Amino acid sequence: MDNIPKKKEKDIFHPQATWISTSNVQIMPAMDLSDMHRLSGNINPNASYEKPGYKLCSYVERFIETDAGPVPVVKSDLNGKDIISTVSVRCGIRRHRYTVSPGLYAVGSPDRSSEVLVTGNFKLTFDHLRKALGSVSAWILVLDTKGVNVWCAAGKGTFSTMELVRLIRDGSLEKIVDHRRLILPQLGATGVTAGQVRNESGFRVVYGPVRARDIPLFLQNKRKADKTMRQVTFTFLERLVLTPVELHMAIKPTALAILVLFMLSGIGPGLFSFQGAWERGIISIGALFAGLVSGTLLAPVLLPFIPSRKFALKGIIIGSLFATVSMPFVHGGADSISAMASLFIFIVMVSSYLTMNFTGATPFTSPSGVEKEMKQFLPVQMTGVLVSAILWIYSAF
Amino acid sequence: MKSLRYIDDVATLVLYEEKCIGCSLCTEVCPQGVFEMHMQRAEIVDFNACMECGACVKNCPVHAISVTPGVG
Repeated sequence: MDNIPKKKEKDIFHPQATWISTSNVQIMPAMDLSDMHRLSGNINPNASYEKPGYKLCSYVERFIETDAGPVPVVKSDLNGKDIISTVSVRCGIRRHRYTVSPGLYAVGSPDRSSEVLVTGNFKLTFDHLRKALGSVSAWILVLDTKGVNVWCAAGKGTFSTMELVRLIRDGSLEKIVDHRRLILPQLGATGVTAGQVRNESGFRVVYGPVRARDIPLFLQNKRKADKTMRQVTFTFLERLVLTPVELHMAIKPTALAILVLFMLSGIGPGLFSFQGAWERGIISIGALFAGLVSGTLLAPVLLPFIPSRKFALKGIIIGSLFATVSMPFVHGGADSISAMASLFIFIVMVSSYLTMNFTGATPFTSPSGVEKEMKQFLPVQMTGVLVSAILWIYSAF
Repeated sequence: MKSLRYIDDVATLVLYEEKCIGCSLCTEVCPQGVFEMHMQRAEIVDFNACMECGACVKNCPVHAISVTPGVG
């Protein structure tokens, strides 16, 4: 901290301050606002960093001056606004526009020997990191990952060697710290080549733990991560928080499906009846929602307990169970076998497809495996839906 | 991950053991514990846990690993 030059501020109480003295009357050289505030006791420590048209971010506590310019110090606790935004982003609302500006930040009171932690500019990731750091003092280098989390950004190539080297140079990191070491989240390794970063920037990459909450212990252990810190998990809670986004992503296709279901349900003895479209449409939409609940909520949450490793098959199993349980509610009264069979198959197929879709959100499925099961089960799902539609129309006659 | 496993025998992971220089970076970056060091050489100890994220390939300094990486 001592090594960081403090921003020079005019001290009006100091004898060297520039006063104009006429007889015994002293006049202030300019109506300097910061001096006025100081005199009135109303101090905004960040006033000198404010610019017309810009607003200071609510997570910025203050600024510290470094040889490479002022660096914002962020709070290590989240405020109400952060928490409300976290909840809405977790529900998929404005998920792709939730970012912080890339660049260098600080947390606590870092000095020239403090660690530099690298992360992405998805605000959820950024908030997660600063909260996990608690009382740790460190520099945080935020890469422009276009509002995407570190792992996915590394896979998509935005959390990359090139972007890291660019930011080290742009931020003149060598002027801020004496060491030449960066701590990257382990999952960033998919996009970064440690050796190349060293060759191009002089900074050595150390891969930190998978989870931000292990960083304080990792630092305490002289930058050593044990086996549990190095491996991903997919716990009940980790699966549960993903389900609202799964549901959110299903909204558009669901709306389209509802339209198709109303039209199909209208087909009957008199070619097309609006009454049939409405009455039978509501029933088929009930089945659609049962499939949705099964595939986007039950399957993800119960994932390890459903037999089979293939997600499509897991979806069929849980979908069949849920269809059996929910059928009386979906259908209400007894009807023809063909109508019942149609609804049952429909629920199971929707569940299977959506569960298969969930592979994209899990941390243990390989693309080769996903490709294999898609080749195997997409034809099954499409045939199933077709059979269901034929049975549905048939049951109207 | 031990509790949740995906389909076996599909990963495209290949380790050319003769090229390995024993830097152990692959054991650090793999989020699934696929590699372990034995006699100063990397070894695949859990092939079917591989999710083809490509972290090992990207960081191996001697290109001793290959995989068809997916999009996270």
